[in-house]
Amino acid sequence: MSVSASSTTDGDRHPMTGNQLDGNAEGGMERHTYDVVVIGAGGAGLRAAIAAHESGAKTAIVCKSLLGKAHTVMAEGGIAASMGNVYPDDNWEVHFRDTMRGGKMLNNWRMAQLHAQEAPERVMELEDWGALFDRTEDGLISQRDFGGHKYARLAHVGDRTGLEMIRTLQQRAVALGIDVFMECTITDVFKDGGRIAGAFGYWRESGRFVVFDAPSVILATGGIGKSFKVTSNSWEYTGDGHALAMRAGASLINMEFVQFHPTGMVWPPSVKGLLVTESVRGDGGILKNSDGERFMFDYIPEFFRAETADTVEEADAWYEDKKNNRRPPELLPRDEVARAINSEIKAGRGTPHGGVYLDIASRRTPEFIRKRLPSMYHQFKELADVDITSEPMEIGPTCHYVMGGVEVDADTQESAVVGLYAVGECSGGMHGSNRLGGNSLGDLLVFGKRAGEAATAYAASLGAARPQVDEADVKAAQASALAPFEVEGGENPYTIQSDLQQSMNDLVGIIRTRSELEESLREIEAFKTRASTMVVEGHRQYNPGWHLALDLRNMLIVSECIAKAALAREESRGGHTRDDFPGPNAEWGTKNLVVNLNAAGTGVDLHEKPLPVMPDELKKYFETPAAAPVVEPAETSEGDK
Amino acid sequence: MAYTLKLKIWRGDKSGGEIKDYPVEVSEGEVVLDAIHRVQGTQAGDLAVRWNCKAGKCGSCSAEINGKPRLMCMCRLSDFAEDETITVTPMRSFPVIRDLVTDVSFNYEKAKELPSFSPPPRDGDNKRRMAQIDVERGQEFRKCIECFLCQNTCHVVRDHEENKPAFAGPRFFLRYAELDMHPLDTNDRRNLAQEQAGLGMCNITKCCTEVCPEGIKITDNAIIPMKERVADVKFDPLVWLGAKIGLRTKDNDGRTEV
Ligand SMILES: Cc1cc2nc3c(=O)[nH]c(=O)nc-3n(C[C@H](O)[C@H](O)[C@H](O)COP(=O)(O)OP(=O)(O)OC[C@H]3O[C@@H](n4cnc5c(N)ncnc54)[C@H](O)[C@@H]3O)c2cc1C
Repeated sequence: MSVSASSTTDGDRHPMTGNQLDGNAEGGMERHTYDVVVIGAGGAGLRAAIAAHESGAKTAIVCKSLLGKAHTVMAEGGIAASMGNVYPDDNWEVHFRDTMRGGKMLNNWRMAQLHAQEAPERVMELEDWGALFDRTEDGLISQRDFGGHKYARLAHVGDRTGLEMIRTLQQRAVALGIDVFMECTITDVFKDGGRIAGAFGYWRESGRFVVFDAPSVILATGGIGKSFKVTSNSWEYTGDGHALAMRAGASLINMEFVQFHPTGMVWPPSVKGLLVTESVRGDGGILKNSDGERFMFDYIPEFFRAETADTVEEADAWYEDKKNNRRPPELLPRDEVARAINSEIKAGRGTPHGGVYLDIASRRTPEFIRKRLPSMYHQFKELADVDITSEPMEIGPTCHYVMGGVEVDADTQESAVVGLYAVGECSGGMHGSNRLGGNSLGDLLVFGKRAGEAATAYAASLGAARPQVDEADVKAAQASALAPFEVEGGENPYTIQSDLQQSMNDLVGIIRTRSELEESLREIEAFKTRASTMVVEGHRQYNPGWHLALDLRNMLIVSECIAKAALAREESRGGHTRDDFPGPNAEWGTKNLVVNLNAAGTGVDLHEKPLPVMPDELKKYFETPAAAPVVEPAETSEGDK
Repeated sequence: MAYTLKLKIWRGDKSGGEIKDYPVEVSEGEVVLDAIHRVQGTQAGDLAVRWNCKAGKCGSCSAEINGKPRLMCMCRLSDFAEDETITVTPMRSFPVIRDLVTDVSFNYEKAKELPSFSPPPRDGDNKRRMAQIDVERGQEFRKCIECFLCQNTCHVVRDHEENKPAFAGPRFFLRYAELDMHPLDTNDRRNLAQEQAGLGMCNITKCCTEVCPEGIKITDNAIIPMKERVADVKFDPLVWLGAKIGLRTKDNDGRTEV
């Protein structure tokens, strides 16, 4: 077998970063021409780039951290795909139904369908490329239980599935010789008329600028969690793709839906928010309050009552015999569990550090725990001095995932702007109002491939008549990136960022209400004013203060989208809970909220849009009509307990 | 429980630099990376440091803490006495870019030289079968988070720039071993490991194993078995003859040398 070592066209590029200019060189700007430029090297970006390359495009991957470090590396639990290796009854139809119900029917039905249909083959492909998944007795890819999934469905590698996925895709991309530009941050995309013409960014290493001429740009930049104080997300999650798309004229949908994962670490303070995988519950862990009560039985919503165990005996029996027992309430979808934990803490039944207990120590042997949950064992041992095989963990909700993102065509992932695509966490629609665990990694693969192929086909269809980057736009992008160096006497970006995070956490968090959302919008306006005069010290070479100053603009616009949409949606559904509108509302169940950049470019416009209509042959999977499945009042009263 | 930590950080770039004092407030449960971030936020906004997940999963924040190669996010301040000075310097085996950030491209270069996994066709039902026990060997090696601390500490290249072209380093011996032990792979990379990757230059001092934050037994489970496998192909006259005249031996069954 032959492997091309590198396909780098220009020989004098830096071997790691792709940087063409020596760090010591004065001024200058690099320029590269590609068919497809993929922004982001997580699962979505890498899969898209592989697809683009394999369908013949000259492809570049640009990412703001090193290759292999994107957020995908942190995913723990697994990839949802109805391969039926453990439960032969599983198939795409059941997965589709689970996904729609988990998203409280607000999902783009077509995306949910494509995802359920194509995920199994996308997982098999990873195995073809060298991934080593855990096995069943018969040697097939093993599948584990997760919240909201009817069958054990998550292909996994212990609790480090994301690492396996990113490494496999990274190694594949390297083997194919795809050009990678590492530690290079994109700050603008260019258009010619209504169509994409290229992208603009800077090298973190040198601070110098780079222009990509390309008719197709795929955004795969991940999420927005860094706008919240307590989060499982890393510094990279500043909503860059969301903001780039808006500035290019595309729209975002579902931005009010932010997933608070029920189980984040609460102590010590320095790791507050760090994720504790749902697999702990999938593998037998239970939730208890400070009275030692297994409280989830008190929070089973009507919508899931028929499929949830209502006694401890039945719940415990389910782990061994799934046919004759219903699922434990700890494995309800994340929004339900997170709200329940929040209510327990508010009611004064929390732990010393303000969480609840997650207990697997009293339920499984130390050997089992170390084998199934090695990184959790490691994480608690190293960072909190807690041995999870002998004591319970203290956990609480943490901002984890954004369901909202760039509004795209389901089949091609193209946005409203010709040539601009979005995949992975930065796209919207697939997960509706709440994402099921394991459905993100599947989403990255399924739609990554589709976007890569569509972007290539579009670029090829243009022939020589490609959109051109306007030099005036390049100048403007450059000036805008350098603006923070021009200011004197303003504030430092770290302070503004940390105030924004606190404000979003307090006012737009897991439980929302009108007055607080209104206050939040006022605060965001004030942050914008402060940010317009922020200063950075030092020079352009590897300067995190400058990088943050640029990211902060994106965080602010995305925060505004979330707060505005959250204020407008006067109901509670999935990842959006309004204290003042505690139940789901049938009419709100028929529409998405769409946000755009306003004409002045300084704020956000919002409008309602009807959901795409599900065809009759898919409606049959839902007992009640699609538009009204979640209006049972019982969910409200129970869930609010 | 808050106290002022005596923190020292190397500041500079490839033209040179120095260790500077950054006394900083820290509190219970914090790690070195927290202290660095507080310095960034309050004293030196342009302090360059590479980090991502802050959870020991991505392997970005490698540095040397009091001379020991470690991840800054997994290094708890409570491991040190409160009056102890903590000195953070960049990884020594890689060229400095700025402050704590080094140019680790050596590793990305070496990754390109390694022929990738090459499986046979899937089974008739379009699936693949492997026993758990067989995948577990490779899974240990795939825990690698590419923090490159093993590469940094390996004395074959630490302070021996001249060895770099001919030596891939422990991280990639891990990768060679992983592929060699993969139940389905059809490539035989043993000669490549020996000749191109410089496996023979390793004299198993186990420094790499000691610094691995994932606890991978790099030397015992990957490098030594890999050396044995290389020795088999090199010195077994039957294997050698078999390979020459196109006969298949058990070891070479279904594999093609690359
Ligand atoms: C702790 C944790 C555990 C999780 N576990 C699971 C799980 O078990 N199953 C599951 O399905 N999902 C899980 N998720 C969610 C899932 O991991 C993420 O949603 C998913 O990995 C996002 O992938 P992505 O490709 O969209 O983006 P990422 O992997 O985040 O990649 C984003 C990329 O974009 C780059 N980038 C961003 N902005 C720019 C810019 N301006 N210029 C250049 N590059 C840029 C970044 O450098 C990065 O390479 C988990 C998430 C977390 C945080």
